[in-house]
Amino acid sequence: MTEDVVPLDGNAAAGPLAALFAVEPTTIMITCEGCGREGALATLKLYGGAMGLILRCPECDTANLRFADAGTRVTVDLRGSTRLTLHGTEA
Amino acid sequence: MTPKHLPWRVATVAAAKRESVRAKAILLDVPGWPGHLAGQHLDLRLTAEDSYQAQRSYSISSAPDGRPQLEITVERVDDGEVSPFLLDELRGGDRIELRGPIGGYFTWMPGDGGPLLLVGGGSGVAPLMAIVRARTRSGDRTPVRLLYSARTVDQLLYRAELDTLAEAGDGFELIYALTRGAPDGWTGEQGRIGREMLAARGFPPEDRPRIFVCGPTPFVEACADALVALGHEGGWIKTERFGPTGDVK
Amino acid sequence: MLITRGFKGKERNRGAARDRVPPGQYVTPDFPVLSAGPTPRTSLEEWSFGLRQAGRMVAEWRWTDFEKLPQTEVTVDIHCVTKWSKLDTRWRGVTFDDLLGAAGLDAPPTSFVMAHCDGGYTTNAPVADLAQDRAMIATHYEDLPIPPSHGGPARLLVPHLYFWKSAKWVRWLDFIEQDQAGFWESLGYHNYGDPWREQRYEGDP
Repeated sequence: MTEDVVPLDGNAAAGPLAALFAVEPTTIMITCEGCGREGALATLKLYGGAMGLILRCPECDTANLRFADAGTRVTVDLRGSTRLTLHGTEA
Repeated sequence: MTPKHLPWRVATVAAAKRESVRAKAILLDVPGWPGHLAGQHLDLRLTAEDSYQAQRSYSISSAPDGRPQLEITVERVDDGEVSPFLLDELRGGDRIELRGPIGGYFTWMPGDGGPLLLVGGGSGVAPLMAIVRARTRSGDRTPVRLLYSARTVDQLLYRAELDTLAEAGDGFELIYALTRGAPDGWTGEQGRIGREMLAARGFPPEDRPRIFVCGPTPFVEACADALVALGHEGGWIKTERFGPTGDVK
Repeated sequence: MLITRGFKGKERNRGAARDRVPPGQYVTPDFPVLSAGPTPRTSLEEWSFGLRQAGRMVAEWRWTDFEKLPQTEVTVDIHCVTKWSKLDTRWRGVTFDDLLGAAGLDAPPTSFVMAHCDGGYTTNAPVADLAQDRAMIATHYEDLPIPPSHGGPARLLVPHLYFWKSAKWVRWLDFIEQDQAGFWESLGYHNYGDPWREQRYEGDP
């Protein structure tokens, strides 16, 4: 009963996040509102289990992205991120 | 919610091969499979007769080869819900739902460069195996060191294949590390992968290796911290953590 | 949706006590741990619990004082929105009514409460769903202090609502004039969360 929550990382969120992003999400760069860290979504710590995806900054634990899937609707809260940057090739 | 660009597909079990005392490599035929990159994973979805569902992610352990077929490696989780089913019940011809390929950060393609340091803990070696196989298949000669930790020798995955590759002398070096005891005459490493072993057996920071670390969260964090402490650039270290997801939905 | 031949899944005892299992739930012998963030580790020396209103603390207790408040034991069924239910769980703590009493409040000052927790988690509930023995601040589970992974030192316990309302690591209840959505409620979960009407998500009747 005393087992604790060990977070995974943003790699494990990529499947569910496909409902939100048309691009592959793990390489999206997220700037943390709490501490300014900029890092790939893959490097964020993943909490939330079956309730939803709570991706937190590995430096300061601020929730950078929150996501819940209600079946016919997904809700996302990006309040803990100040910026998302996606890299790609010029069209 | 299922988006059009990542639909659930029905795969058929083509074969299952025992890879270690606790694991099997399961070969799946996936009509319409769009192809994948080494390092990517897929999500499996299992549905019981009363509609109860369980979902798990598995790394694709096979190299991309243009065919609508791929391999996942499943290791037993004691008292697990899904792995005992996949290992003990699943048969050739069975159909199973999956979606993929998933991931982009933790991927490597021939031509991405190196040298490559691959650090795997337990079943975390599965995506690294896809990288190794992709390199072999393409004839890429990027120097690779695979530092692979398992509890005991009979829990090592892909042993025969890895040993053969290591003997080929084409720039692939293999270091096994056993954490719970080794057989007599063992010439590999013993103990947990940490700063000392990474310094001794990994590429030095001045070689600027691209590093991939995969395994359970505590393993990944200990290795990544040790690599940074040794002077490796954080941006060159890519990590993927394995573990119970509590059904990431 | 393809039925996977031979897949049974974890033990889930839907046959037993059907009248105790809300729609869509299965009974588990386990006690799954789910968290929106890292487990806070608050020592009993640091810990306090309070009732707040309009930005000020109305009442506050340190641990030893809290343990001296009237203690109540309950045995209840709990229901998680992720579909597991656990029957006959035993808790000890201080009821919401006894907290009001100890705070010298004849009646709750507002109609709604927001629970605030270490780690930043929040959840909202109508006061009517906390009063009349419907909720407590629990400190013990099965006669042992609640471990941190399950919300210790203390958690809110509101078993007639989905278990995300039973906020772990609770530190104060804020009496608010207008209802506000808490952590999961803001992400599309139902504002009220009655398992018997299967109110899982916003928009469920």
